[in-house]
Amino acid sequence: MIMPGLYHILFISAALFFIGVYGFFTRRNLITMLMSIELILNSVNLNFIAFNKYVWPNKLDGLFFTLFVIAIAAAEAATAIAIIINLYRSHQSIDVENAQDLKY
Amino acid sequence: MPNATYILLIPLLPLAGFLLLGLFGRKYFKNTSGLIATCLLLISAALALYTAYGYFFEYGKVDGIYKQLIPLQIHWLEFSPGVSINMGIVLDPISVMMLVVVTFVSLMVHIYSLGYMKGDERFPTYYAFLGLFTFSMLGLVVSSNIFQIYIFWELVGVSSFLLIGYYYDKPSAVAACKKAFIVTRFADVGFLIGILILSFYTGTLDFNTLIQKLTNAGSPELQHAMAASFLGVSALTWGLVLVFIGGAGKSAMFPLHIWLPDAMEGPTPVSALIHAATMVVAGVFLVARLFPVFAISAPQALNLVGYVGAFSAFIAAIIACTQTDIKRVLAFSTMSQIGFMMFALGVSGTGGENGLGYTASMFHLFTHAMFKALLFLGAGAVIHFIHSNDMKDMGGLRKYLPITHISFLIACLAIAGVPPFAGFFSKEEILLAAYQHNMAIYYVALVTSGLTAFYMFRLYFSIFWNKEANIHEPHHGEGGFAMMLPLVLLAVGAAGAGFIPFGNFVSSDGAALESEFHLQFSIAPVALGLIGIFTAMWLYKKQNDKPDRIAAALSGLYKAAYHKFYIDELYIFVTKKIIFNLIGRPAAWFDKNVVDGMVNLTGNTTTAISERIKGLQSGKVQQYAMYFMAGVIGIAVLFIYIWK
Repeated sequence: MIMPGLYHILFISAALFFIGVYGFFTRRNLITMLMSIELILNSVNLNFIAFNKYVWPNKLDGLFFTLFVIAIAAAEAATAIAIIINLYRSHQSIDVENAQDLKY
Repeated sequence: MPNATYILLIPLLPLAGFLLLGLFGRKYFKNTSGLIATCLLLISAALALYTAYGYFFEYGKVDGIYKQLIPLQIHWLEFSPGVSINMGIVLDPISVMMLVVVTFVSLMVHIYSLGYMKGDERFPTYYAFLGLFTFSMLGLVVSSNIFQIYIFWELVGVSSFLLIGYYYDKPSAVAACKKAFIVTRFADVGFLIGILILSFYTGTLDFNTLIQKLTNAGSPELQHAMAASFLGVSALTWGLVLVFIGGAGKSAMFPLHIWLPDAMEGPTPVSALIHAATMVVAGVFLVARLFPVFAISAPQALNLVGYVGAFSAFIAAIIACTQTDIKRVLAFSTMSQIGFMMFALGVSGTGGENGLGYTASMFHLFTHAMFKALLFLGAGAVIHFIHSNDMKDMGGLRKYLPITHISFLIACLAIAGVPPFAGFFSKEEILLAAYQHNMAIYYVALVTSGLTAFYMFRLYFSIFWNKEANIHEPHHGEGGFAMMLPLVLLAVGAAGAGFIPFGNFVSSDGAALESEFHLQFSIAPVALGLIGIFTAMWLYKKQNDKPDRIAAALSGLYKAAYHKFYIDELYIFVTKKIIFNLIGRPAAWFDKNVVDGMVNLTGNTTTAISERIKGLQSGKVQQYAMYFMAGVIGIAVLFIYIWK
């Protein structure tokens, strides 16, 4: 059995990041896109934790930074959902394809 | 020294009328605007008379010489020490005389218009414009500064424009007002350059200083201005000639006279005020204002004034003999009479007996204002009665319009120079001045005064005698009291103004000029005048075919004169064919292709590029995120592999 090291975690983190990016690019539903963004944020959090644990085990900077990111992500989710609800009220849809009013 | 306040009121009251009626007239004074304006002008005229009385009989004369008084001088715009535009009031014999003439004629026209313009849609506007004109003209005559005169000069131009184009729904009136404005503006460019030349050499814009510097033979400014020359003519002469061009434009001297006949499209009282009695003599006034400079330092320029005046007087008299529109006959007659005033100045010198022409010119200006305003107002009464300007539609009106008939006859006798009416005295003085100084001009003037008598009586007989009137049912009488009162008052003026001993008041040096009266000298002009009158009587008193036969016999000359010697056509040819084709078109081509081309090129390039790249801004959030991602990846690659 292999003990998971820094590289394994970085690999998972990178995979999570690109899954998030892929989801963000391909999904048309805004809620799903928001979830993809959460995936991206979590991959970043994972990175912070991994570096903190394996590179500077005596410090807590990465841990605190992660807590901040989680807090801000919560606020961001609230804002984004408010935007989505308003979009739904005005467009009767939460499909990004239908929200192209800001075109040239 | 008089108190300035009430003199200041003379021009300001009409201005107040203009502002009041112009701003609120259409709403609040629909029917009373005429009375308001007339009352204001009545006060103004009374003050002008009071000022004239005070100036001529109380404080103006010091040691037998009329001094120039400046009761008010406001420092307005200063460019550099010494050069400033001041606003001031000058009282000297000519400005005081003009104050009286302008306010009096304007008052007559205001009263007359109460009847003539009654029921007009834009009655308040009409009176507002009249007020503006009167204000500007009064400001012009009292100007103490050459730039002030220029400002008011343009103001009278614009009020003339507004009043000629008063019937703005008539295309001919619109064309006429544009023509008047453009021609006089064109001449005013000359005036402005003249002002700049004169002030450049003297370093002042003030009339007094200017005249003083340019007439004092020892002054460095004069020598400087005389020494500089262009095309063999000294700068001073050029400056004065250019100023005279401005004056010639306003005063309808050949070849800038083409606007005056067309200006008759305006309401007739306006023609009486602006295009007969006041504004058109502004050019004469301007030359008179600068007269010492003309006479002492630039005799060549003065000679030009004389010849242009005499030629204009002659040519206008010939054209007047052939016109059939009564207002146009009067317009050409005005031009001819102003020619008389101009050449009277042209043959004059300064000081004592030499200054006879100056006095005569101003005297003629004065009497001409009376009888020409009367002629126009009389013509207005005729037009009002018969609803036509063409003398072919008239005839035998003496029974229907008795007061107009008598006053018109008096005015005709006055302009023809029959003693003892006003025109006789002033014209006699002009002829005498010409006789003493320039025989060529004298003969031209003599013939012209014969022609004047002829065409005026042609007009008179055609309107009031000739064929029987074909008026089936006179629907209204002569016009009310408002229209007849000015006719009577002006007729009194036209009959009696000649007896004023004018030389005592106005002369080139301020000292009284005793005008001698030579009985034997008067024989020739009066005889010629009578010949003119009797010829007109023989031809036009009864309807006959003699005039047509004579016209046929002189066909070429008659046709040329009828078409005003094709001067209008010449202007059109020069502007349309030569200036448009040689200068206008290439300039337009350059503007359209090169200047516009550069601007359009910039615009078109921007449009083309943005047309290509505007697709980037698609409004699709995911696409933006993709660009963003691509950018991040690009920067990552840059940092990781290139800038290690």
